[in-house]
Amino acid sequence: MTWLRRVATVAIVSLLALGALWLALRLAGLDATHALAALWDGSFGSSYALTSSTLVRATPLILTGLAVAIAFRAGVWNIGAEGQLLAGAATAAAVGLFAPPALGAFTVVAALGAGALAGAIWAWIAAYLRNRFGMLEVISTIMLNFVALYAVGYLVRGPLQEPTHVYPQSEPLPPLAQLPRLIEGSRLHWGFVLAVLAAPVTWWVLRYTAAGFRVRAVGQSPSAARVAGMVDVQRTTLRVFLVSGALAGLAGAIELTGVTFALYENVSPGYGYTAIAVALLAGLDPLGVLATGLLFGALEAGALSMQREAAVPSVVVNVVEALLVLLILAVAKWRGGSAMLSRLAGAGSETRAEAAE
Amino acid sequence: MGSAEEFLAAAVRTGTPLALAALGETVVERAGVINIGLEGIVLAGAFGGLLAAGSGLVAGFAGAVVAGVLVAALFALFAVGMRADQIITGVAVNLLVVGLTGALYRAIYGATGAALTVPTTGTLAIPFLSRIPLVGRALFDQAPPTYVVYCVAPLLAWWLYRTRSGLALRAVGERPDAARAAGVAPARVRWLAILLGGVLGGVGGGMLVLSQAGTFAEGMSAGRGFIAIAIVALGRWHPLGVLAAALLFGAASALQFLFQAMGWALPYQLFLALPYVLTLLALAGLAGRRAVAPAALGQP
Amino acid sequence: MTSTDDPSSHISSPALLALEHIAKRFGRVAALSDASLVARPSTVHALLGENGAGKTTLMRIAFGELRPDSGTIGIDGSAVELASPADALARGIGMVHQHFTAVPAMTVAENVALASGTRGRFRPAEARARVLKLCEEVGLELDPDAVAAELSVGMQQRLEIVKALARGARVLILDEPTAMLAPAEGEELLAMLRRFTSRGNSAVIITHKLREALSVADDITVLRRGRTTLGARAADTDAEQLTTAMLGESHIVHPRRERTLPPVREERSGRDGVVREAGPGDGRRLGSDASEAVIEARDIVLRDDRGVTRVRGATLGVHAGEILGVAGVEGAGQHELLRALAGRMKPTSGSLRIPERAGFVPADRQRDALVMDFTLAENVALAGAGAAHGRMHWPAIERSTGELLDRYGIVAAGVHASASSLSGGNQQKLVLARELARSPRALVAENPTRGLDIAAAAALQRQLLDARDAGMAIVLYSSDLDEVLALADRLVVMFEGVARDVALDREAAGRAMLGAA
Repeated sequence: MTWLRRVATVAIVSLLALGALWLALRLAGLDATHALAALWDGSFGSSYALTSSTLVRATPLILTGLAVAIAFRAGVWNIGAEGQLLAGAATAAAVGLFAPPALGAFTVVAALGAGALAGAIWAWIAAYLRNRFGMLEVISTIMLNFVALYAVGYLVRGPLQEPTHVYPQSEPLPPLAQLPRLIEGSRLHWGFVLAVLAAPVTWWVLRYTAAGFRVRAVGQSPSAARVAGMVDVQRTTLRVFLVSGALAGLAGAIELTGVTFALYENVSPGYGYTAIAVALLAGLDPLGVLATGLLFGALEAGALSMQREAAVPSVVVNVVEALLVLLILAVAKWRGGSAMLSRLAGAGSETRAEAAE
Repeated sequence: MGSAEEFLAAAVRTGTPLALAALGETVVERAGVINIGLEGIVLAGAFGGLLAAGSGLVAGFAGAVVAGVLVAALFALFAVGMRADQIITGVAVNLLVVGLTGALYRAIYGATGAALTVPTTGTLAIPFLSRIPLVGRALFDQAPPTYVVYCVAPLLAWWLYRTRSGLALRAVGERPDAARAAGVAPARVRWLAILLGGVLGGVGGGMLVLSQAGTFAEGMSAGRGFIAIAIVALGRWHPLGVLAAALLFGAASALQFLFQAMGWALPYQLFLALPYVLTLLALAGLAGRRAVAPAALGQP
Repeated sequence: MTSTDDPSSHISSPALLALEHIAKRFGRVAALSDASLVARPSTVHALLGENGAGKTTLMRIAFGELRPDSGTIGIDGSAVELASPADALARGIGMVHQHFTAVPAMTVAENVALASGTRGRFRPAEARARVLKLCEEVGLELDPDAVAAELSVGMQQRLEIVKALARGARVLILDEPTAMLAPAEGEELLAMLRRFTSRGNSAVIITHKLREALSVADDITVLRRGRTTLGARAADTDAEQLTTAMLGESHIVHPRRERTLPPVREERSGRDGVVREAGPGDGRRLGSDASEAVIEARDIVLRDDRGVTRVRGATLGVHAGEILGVAGVEGAGQHELLRALAGRMKPTSGSLRIPERAGFVPADRQRDALVMDFTLAENVALAGAGAAHGRMHWPAIERSTGELLDRYGIVAAGVHASASSLSGGNQQKLVLARELARSPRALVAENPTRGLDIAAAAALQRQLLDARDAGMAIVLYSSDLDEVLALADRLVVMFEGVARDVALDREAAGRAMLGAA
């Protein structure tokens, strides 16, 4: 029942946002219908578009969306999925490039594992700053995003630069460090399967394990979790930071080993920021993230084709995504359902205040 | 100009737009609202400045203010009007502005936007003061909006701590229900604070185009709005502290000039990352002090 | 203190505040059906009634926070409409709520300035002088430079009063003003109110304590279930008449005795001022040194989150089958002491031995005991969340939750209903049921009956007594000293962070709460 309603809400909101896009394009004097057709063609229009574009794009969005969802569920405002993703990508590149050949087929596994670990470590910094110094993670994770971005910039011009030292990027990964294709002839790789599996696993952990129950309790009411449940709130939020960072880091590692094969500065077109919209549209539900991740993957894939076919700048997809978020906030307000999110905000600041003291 | 002088001048130049945005955010946060959308406000200010610059510099800054205020109003509509979550609203606003400015820029100026330049304010040397050794040129031979910053910071400090309306605004940020009991309307106060944040953030963004770059680039705010939010915390939510923190951040960014002059060959990207790292370290270092963040910060 | 010596109270003068035939519904619930109250100049007026009778609702209407559905509000003899507290304040009505509304981070002077207008300059020196002048007028002492967050509860209440005075209040409404004060502090407050009313003003005190109403008020209005059942001069009425008005005829068991407490307390009450008689089994409980203590604290020191030392040395033991009562004025350290005894707070120094599992009923159930958006089953599971590992077996948890609902008579739509859908009384029952269900050896309860109506409070007290008789070691704090005296087997009084054994005697306890020997 609630599920149906949520799906219906997202569908209606998406149609509204696309309608707004159509209207805006019309007002700008463009062939709006053609543009939307291109959007469709580039996302779901053909099996090639679906597998090589939409699902490939959806993979990092689902993983980072899960990272954000689980963090927000615990009242942890991790805006740093982007930086954690970059840390994962850079580490995966280093492991993939420098792994001893003896690792063989395990090279890619090692690269993914190292990427997830790097993401967790990058998130741990923010967790440490919050628990030790009471620093708002909103601020620290954003700062760390920039540090990660510039660190990647440095790496691709320094230690990881390709041998000719001409281009600011790394050498391509050796085949052993690349994720195998899921469907021959398409760009879809096994990372997509990992992402699709991660969603129900996350859902199950939150719903059916004691650790997941603690996460939800801390997110809803840190004081009740601590006083009534005798839950160690700091330890719980620390673990959530680590898991969230690991998911984002894994997204980066998969993107590198499955899609780009080389590290460069713009390896992420802002997946970690879009992830916030993905998670929110899903109501912070891991299974919902699977659906909204696909939706946003389709939007971004379609936007590229829209730019090619109809000369509509692909950045308009950001406008559509923003509209989706704002509309869903408005719908939540209208239905009186935004209480969950507002409480999360209050809860977050409360645990922070405790950490600061 | 000696390298030390150049370093200081660069510090002030980099710090000024940040200071404007951060001073606006200080008022916003003092009212209990954290506006992550500041990044979007700065970007919109830059774009608004570009759009209106054709009619002169004053019109350019007016355009920057209008753009900043529009974005701020959108944020306030959701974060205050609908009591939506502030962080999520801010993230959405940023996405929207990135998309809108990018699309409009390409639509209006073509895909390349090549060779698009607008006149800049240049610098205005204040007689006598600019001749003070070492700091004179740095502080008093800058773009005219810089001098506005020097006035705005103490003015805001006076307002927040020496007027009853400032007292009311701080009360809203500490405990909205207490403010309401005192006859203050928290929603109205927050709306006004956010709009003021839009004005200052817009001017800060406008400066990037109209006083410094002379042109626009997609995403040219480059995280300055986010940095400004960190600077507010670094300045302990006090206008004068925030001004100092902004200049400090400017100095950290300007270190590259100093290091280049000293012949140190450090990778450029490390310099870019340095201010963020220093900000994190400084925030951690300040943490031992008594907590001064507005108690109701972030609560709808 | 009687009030008949004040001649003005016998002269008929226009009422400062007249509420007539007020009705107010919240949804399907009628909070007030026909409530009236007339506050005359130069009088202290007591608004008396049990919890849930509608006292606070009526006064919030007088203060413009709520609009009445019907009825009239008169101020100085003319009918008015109050759209907001600002309206009420402009007409000289001020109110001090139970929950204070000062801005914690600001000083007293800043708070008072904030309360008295939002236009123009703020000059710290002037604001300070203003506070001192207002305090002098009514004989209060209050430091204008103190930060509100650091004031004691009594001082915070003074700040609230000064805020109302600063806005020119001529009618001062106080909601249960003595509830959190030590007896002597309460008397100071009432003396201050006398000075306030002696200048032609009026004070309305909301209270559920009959004795307080009789001893301090000139006039008394009694509310019962949203209806005014009595309005009289204090001199013209007596305890019996007031009791009947408060509780209705059927509730009266011993009409000659003053009692506002439910029957369950009666049998154990030693209120008559002398040491209570020992009952069966009391010897074992009082001389409980023989058995080993379930909870044992030796010289424990507790610091709160801000690093302020709240308990400076407490040594006590709680034995199986006894209720250790704790009394103290708000902020005396009992809050932290209870948390430590329940294992929710680690002592900075000293030794503390507690059972591995201790039940805890915290004072703020909506904040500390329940997750309001969780289902009842999830809230029951919450109690063991910290130590749980592996899977959550929801079907089993739901089954045991259902059993708890039946056994404790908790009215709920089912185990999947959210905690927020429960009434306050049922929420508290759920918390107690959950804590008892884990059959802990010790239970710590902080103000467990606050905000409950008489029947719910009595049921809860019964359960505490049953748990004690079943051999549980119980620590009970209540801000209502009479409740502690009625239920406890032994008494510890907290004063400025020091715990002291005190006889179960109202006077002795009252003195100890203020640090007097």
